[in-house]
Amino acid sequence: MIPVLGQVFTAPSIDWWALAPQLILLGAALLILVVSALLAERCPAWFSGVVALVAGAGVFVSGFYLWYDIRDSGPRSIVSGALSLDGFAVLFTLLVAVAVVMTVLVADAYLEREHMDSPEFHALLLLAATGAIVMASASDLIVLFLGLESLSIGLYVMAAMQFRREEAQEAAMKYFILGAFSSAFFLYGIAMVYGSTGSTGLAHARDYLNRLDTAIVDQPWMLMLGFALLLVGLAFKVAAVPFHFWAPDVYQGSPAPVSGFMASAAKAAGFAAMLRIFFVAFGQSRTDWSPVLGVLAVVTLVVGVVMAIIQTDLKRMIAFSSIAHAGYILVGVQAGTSEGTAAALFYLFSYSLMVLGTFAVISLVQWQDGQPLDRFEGLADRRPLIGFALTVFLLGQAGVPLTSGFIAKFLVIKAAVDERTWWLAIAAMVISAAGAYIYLRVIFAIWRRPGAVDEEGGEPVAAPVVPPASGFAILGAMAFTLVVGFVPQFLIEFARDAVPVLLG
Amino acid sequence: MLDLIWLVPALPLAGFLILVAAGARLGEPRAGWVATAFTSASFVVTALVWISLLGRDAENRVFEKVLFDWLPAGNLRVEAGFLVDPLAITMALFVTFVSSLIHLYSVGYMHGDPKFSKFFVYLNLFVFSMLMLVLGNNLVLTFLGWEGVGACSYLLISFWHTRESAARAGKKAFITNRVGDWGFMLATFLIFTTLGTVTYTDIGALAPNLAGGTATAVSLLLLVAAAGKSAQLPLYVWLPDAMEGPTPVSALIHAATMVTAGVYLLSRMSPVLVHSDVSLRIIAVVGTATALFAALAATAQHDIKKVLAYSTVSQLGYMFLAVGSGAYVAALFHMITHAFFKALLFLGAGSVIHAMNDEQDMRYMGALRKVMPITGATFIVGWLAIAGVPPFAGFWSKDDILLAAWEMDGGGGLGKVLWAVGLFTALLTAYYMSRQVFMVFYGEAHWNEARPAPATDNDEVDLAEFEGPPETVTVEAHSEVHPHESPWTMWVPLVVLATGAALGGLLNLPVIGDWLFLERFLEPVFAGTMHHITAGTGTKLLLAAIATTGALIGIWFAAQVWLWRRVDGRKLEPRLLEDAFEVDAAYARFFGGPGRATAQLAADTDRVVVDGAVNGVAQGTRRLGFLLQPAQSGLVRQYAIGIAVGALGLATWLLIGAVA
Amino acid sequence: MDVTTGWYLVLGALLFIIGGVGLLIRRNPLVMLMCVELMLNGVNLTFVAFSRRLGDIAGQTVVFFVLVVAAAEVVVGLGLIVSIMRRRPDVTADDLKLLKG
Repeated sequence: MIPVLGQVFTAPSIDWWALAPQLILLGAALLILVVSALLAERCPAWFSGVVALVAGAGVFVSGFYLWYDIRDSGPRSIVSGALSLDGFAVLFTLLVAVAVVMTVLVADAYLEREHMDSPEFHALLLLAATGAIVMASASDLIVLFLGLESLSIGLYVMAAMQFRREEAQEAAMKYFILGAFSSAFFLYGIAMVYGSTGSTGLAHARDYLNRLDTAIVDQPWMLMLGFALLLVGLAFKVAAVPFHFWAPDVYQGSPAPVSGFMASAAKAAGFAAMLRIFFVAFGQSRTDWSPVLGVLAVVTLVVGVVMAIIQTDLKRMIAFSSIAHAGYILVGVQAGTSEGTAAALFYLFSYSLMVLGTFAVISLVQWQDGQPLDRFEGLADRRPLIGFALTVFLLGQAGVPLTSGFIAKFLVIKAAVDERTWWLAIAAMVISAAGAYIYLRVIFAIWRRPGAVDEEGGEPVAAPVVPPASGFAILGAMAFTLVVGFVPQFLIEFARDAVPVLLG
Repeated sequence: MLDLIWLVPALPLAGFLILVAAGARLGEPRAGWVATAFTSASFVVTALVWISLLGRDAENRVFEKVLFDWLPAGNLRVEAGFLVDPLAITMALFVTFVSSLIHLYSVGYMHGDPKFSKFFVYLNLFVFSMLMLVLGNNLVLTFLGWEGVGACSYLLISFWHTRESAARAGKKAFITNRVGDWGFMLATFLIFTTLGTVTYTDIGALAPNLAGGTATAVSLLLLVAAAGKSAQLPLYVWLPDAMEGPTPVSALIHAATMVTAGVYLLSRMSPVLVHSDVSLRIIAVVGTATALFAALAATAQHDIKKVLAYSTVSQLGYMFLAVGSGAYVAALFHMITHAFFKALLFLGAGSVIHAMNDEQDMRYMGALRKVMPITGATFIVGWLAIAGVPPFAGFWSKDDILLAAWEMDGGGGLGKVLWAVGLFTALLTAYYMSRQVFMVFYGEAHWNEARPAPATDNDEVDLAEFEGPPETVTVEAHSEVHPHESPWTMWVPLVVLATGAALGGLLNLPVIGDWLFLERFLEPVFAGTMHHITAGTGTKLLLAAIATTGALIGIWFAAQVWLWRRVDGRKLEPRLLEDAFEVDAAYARFFGGPGRATAQLAADTDRVVVDGAVNGVAQGTRRLGFLLQPAQSGLVRQYAIGIAVGALGLATWLLIGAVA
Repeated sequence: MDVTTGWYLVLGALLFIIGGVGLLIRRNPLVMLMCVELMLNGVNLTFVAFSRRLGDIAGQTVVFFVLVVAAAEVVVGLGLIVSIMRRRPDVTADDLKLLKG
């Protein structure tokens, strides 16, 4: 006990074990920075990558440990109510861990080829991942904001890591300005919530709304304004229309492994925060936000799919398709039921692996002037296994049965049907039918004989070198996509187990 | 024995996996033999299962085997399980049977193709998916197979994707089928929300609780699904284009098996259909219209495979007519006989194309009967079967359908109209098939004649065709063609299928007392949903006689135009020749005037309206994209405006909600 | 005339709006960055005003966090601007349109 200005300040007791994932990531990031700074030239090139990989794996393991710990002793709140340790948080911890491991494996050869600084890259990746995990487990809006900012700031720099490429600079600049802009909205939203409820804690907002029915509450409008502004910040993060404009430019301009991380971990963290805020704090006013999200979902789906269809650059196309996928996830979220939420979690998990795999394949083929689709022609002929894996990822994103993508789409649409939001279910189905064309185009291109390109005078794709680490990551993601497509039960159960804390 | 049902789809799957892993190493022809062996083994197992099913009582021939819970989603449980009942096993039997034969044929046909083993990879995957489709015990599992066969179909259509047209045809098939898939998904969700289950046996039990409106909605959505897969108006466009694929694929997927999936789906869902007379009538009308339309289009084709493609669309129309009339057994009967004779015709056509060095234009064939005796003889059997000449298979099944249409209950004479249209279509069928046979196998050889300068347009009916091949400047010197009979791997399947096409009618022969094997076997599945024929023997015989006469008229007509005019008999039989000439002239006038207009209309509808609709959707989407594109201007401040406007919008909406 | 916390809230909101509009209308990346800072400070003021009204210290501690975050953002933002400006000295936000469509 330390006396502070006459008051007694009791330091909160902290369950360090429960913080293991964040601590591992943070520690590894600091280790990389310190060692690489001290040793400078003498630091072996593999060092930072290996540390990051070990850290990612460590987070994965600790995530499992925590999962069983929660199963035994129940979910709890840690660090005096700043963070919650529950199945929901652990699910996202595992997802982020997978994204970190995949990104490190894919980036290994990429960094070397593109002459990028690997210690910085890995340290930033780990810090961004810490932010993502904090976002998913925060039970206080300010903590959530800190997580959001550490994730974003890390990503701003990672986007700009190829700092000699003009596209990378431009992407980072746009991401930064728009990200800061939307963060300001988010922060103002927090201020509104604070002003009306007297606290930044999510549980307080819920209690406040619970009292709405009985007691006279002076300014519910201020709370709703705050809620709308929070939604702006998170819709930006998950790239929902009309907050999506940054995504195509940034995904296209950033290094491919970074784009993969943005489309998986960063998007997932945004949705995690969204789900937690909506359900824990604003579960009462579900009827207010459900139609808003429904409209957001449809607009997002339409714009994402329609814009993806007219793209000629593969990275940009996947960026727009990633916007469309945010739309599907929103369909699950808007249902506001435990089934819908579980569907959204399932979707996030399976989509993350598919999009990580897709960007991993893209990162194998680097061109100075972008990734135009015809440069991928004949990829499957030169590298059949990689071509097959990319086909699986694309089929999965198109929602073809026997891939995880089908189950994911099926579950979110079923959630909408269960709630009798027929218009939304029908819209989602029609759009998914149209959207499949996007992926088909790519599949046709990669299986086409490269000879077709020769005739037109273009240069055919050289057989890309497949470094073992990337190959391993790609095959892993492919196996996951197929296995979940065949026996989705374990992932469905996992997602469903993670939900109840939100509704309790 | 029944427990072995899982082996039926598992064997082709095993073949697929083995070929994926080691196909390239096995090479030609071993990869083909492996694929054929696994498919044949699947047929043997199916037959064993069928025999043990026959061992049970007629009312007790339903067997469900659940492997595991596939999709446990709250109140919805989707199992991975098989439903073995007479309907499923009938489908599985003919699917595996025809598939085995076509695998064998492909070993010969694909000889020398650089992607030989890949072809069999797709083919085995297709058989697996098709078996999942027919054996799955619930709608979701069927949908899985449905998508799987679709995917294989696109892959195989564009198998030679260096050909631009092949790639385009694959895309077209994909887009059109998505419309159908959408109908399927929506129907599934609708069934689930109203009945709380997607398992067929439960649907059958609960269907009587459906409200009339819901039943109609489900039925029409299923019709959309079926029309996509089974190439009915207005979604049939992809099938003629699908002929870009290798011929065994056309025979297996686009004639015998996959395209019948729609008919299977409608038959399977008959407990729902029966509650909606409206949709049954719509199904019958769509089927009949398709049958007529496609038959008209078939009369104007020059490509040997396109004729067969339109003919397939037309025959599928008959099956829809049968379903709409409540004659599910007749639909399945026709499906089976059609699988025999149409697979036979396609394989025969493939054999011809093979022999003619990849020539597909019938105007450059002729007299092939002499050099290809086996192909010729079997093709002729197929022709007589499809034309509806007794006692070949097609006669019996088509007769059943027309009889059912004649008796269609209610509808204020609709049944009679459909019957008449069906009869006219039968005449057209006999005509265009005879035209094909005469052009290809009879007459004089036009093998090495000069080709016209511009590529001939298949959709156009040209009067020039009456003068034989048009004489225009030669642009490409074709190497000399010396047709020859195909290797045994190709003709053995032809002979087997010809036997089926000739004797298939025995399956459901009405004349020998109470034989009607197929009807008795399938009856329990459709108990309560099926229309029973009430007509007396007299009516039956009369209708059969009319149908036969129609077929013979069609053949005679074709012979006048396409066969005998080639015989140089002007001096020998002046009168007959004169008659023939008059027929010819009348025919020419007819086709120059209203007939040509009709055929042209059919062709134009195909190209402009339906193609246009498909392309229009694609174009519209793209146009919308280009419309939205300026918003993605690259200017960061405009992006920020997007965020600001979005924030204002959200805030306004939520605040109005909070105040109100 | 009493100056209640309401006045501060309005001032905070005005700062926020001025910053937001400024970001939309100015082209110089540096000025845009300053506009974001203005928005954040508007929020800070709002937090402090609420803190005062509610008699709760938490709102004022939030301001410290926000300041730290804003500082981190400025570091990254300035770094980016400098690296771009080094190559193209008079670049404006509207010149960054390589990526579009």
